[in-house]
Amino acid sequence: MNVPTLFGLCAAALVGFGLYGVITNPQPLRKILAFNLIGNGVFLLFGAIARRGAAAGFGGDPVPQGLLITGIVVAFSATALAVALLLRLFQATGTVTLTDDAPTKAEADDRGV
Amino acid sequence: MTVASALALVLALLLVSIAAWTVVTRRTFAAVEGFVAYGLLLSIAWVALSAIDVALTEAAIGGGLTGVLLIGAAARLRTAETALSAERAGAPLRWLAAAVSAAVAGAIAFGVLLLPDPAPTLAPAVSEHLPSIGLGNAVTAVLLAYRGIDTLLESIVVVFALIGVWSLAPDHLWGGYPGPRQYADPNSILAYLARVLPPIGIIVGLYIFWVGADLPGGKFQGATILAAMWLLVMMAGLTDAPPINRTWLRILLVAGPLLFIAIGFAGAVTAGAVLAYPEGYAKLLIKVIEAALMPTLTLTLALLVAGAPERTAPP
Repeated sequence: MNVPTLFGLCAAALVGFGLYGVITNPQPLRKILAFNLIGNGVFLLFGAIARRGAAAGFGGDPVPQGLLITGIVVAFSATALAVALLLRLFQATGTVTLTDDAPTKAEADDRGV
Repeated sequence: MTVASALALVLALLLVSIAAWTVVTRRTFAAVEGFVAYGLLLSIAWVALSAIDVALTEAAIGGGLTGVLLIGAAARLRTAETALSAERAGAPLRWLAAAVSAAVAGAIAFGVLLLPDPAPTLAPAVSEHLPSIGLGNAVTAVLLAYRGIDTLLESIVVVFALIGVWSLAPDHLWGGYPGPRQYADPNSILAYLARVLPPIGIIVGLYIFWVGADLPGGKFQGATILAAMWLLVMMAGLTDAPPINRTWLRILLVAGPLLFIAIGFAGAVTAGAVLAYPEGYAKLLIKVIEAALMPTLTLTLALLVAGAPERTAPP
């Protein structure tokens, strides 16, 4: 098996584990982390396809490689926004649960959180 | 099997095992630590795929900044996250999730094995037009010339993400300092590193930005290293993040994308198309755009990690 195929299969496994984590982990921070695993899997698959396109003296197709750099930076800013939302939720309610019966701001204040 | 492909196999197995471990481990903090190690291994995988520019970005952003962001959040949410582990999904849901995830992974793996051969590629097209731009690094040429629209929109997206983070501030803290004030023992190893590393890091960051025209590197990688140095000094308590109501800060945050837009639209007059560069001036204009984006990206990336305002603005 050649290297691009190997990392392509690795990418498939990363997406699989990430999806499982997003569905089953109850903690929002763990969901963000697992979502990043899915993103990494997609990027790695794209990178493997770029490597297969090696031609004209380049080690890989530079067009997908350029788009990957853009993608990684955007994924980081989305993660930062998600983490900021989570920290704000924690400050407002004292908990980070995503279940329906989560306490409201008023209830949290009553409990002195 | 050659040594290189054996190493690639070990790397792929390590990546998948650490990824699986970050999903199944009970402790959030341990999962985040695993994720940082995984980010660094992933950047080695990019080297194995001959994507050195991507490897630099991954090491700086994927392993570095994302790691700092998640470790900081995990430390602040430690009690809340532990309390939630009791809400763990029941066995039927876990089995169903495992089946769905395995099906998705299997479908992608199937697609990987069916990829067309020979692979479609744009490398010859890039190579053919590279001399007219005057850059040696094809990835930089893709980012700033062939796919300039992506990079323009991206530089706007990161600023929008920062506006989103800031807008989470409660009304009375609007315009205040981001995040909690950091304190560290002035004699600690952290404070020592925060004094010794930044001069070296700033040189490395600027160098990586400058060589990006011809060798692996560029503004994203350089700006991330500069942002990391600033965050290090902030975390050691040697300086504070600026309050977000500062005019100079807001001007610098939009200056890079605005100049990019201005040069892009000027291309409609001088070169016949938006985001095109006039003949012979491509390299100069690309370096001007990159230099203008550097402060914007450095400030944005560092302040995204610093978070929403949590302390009142100075009078």
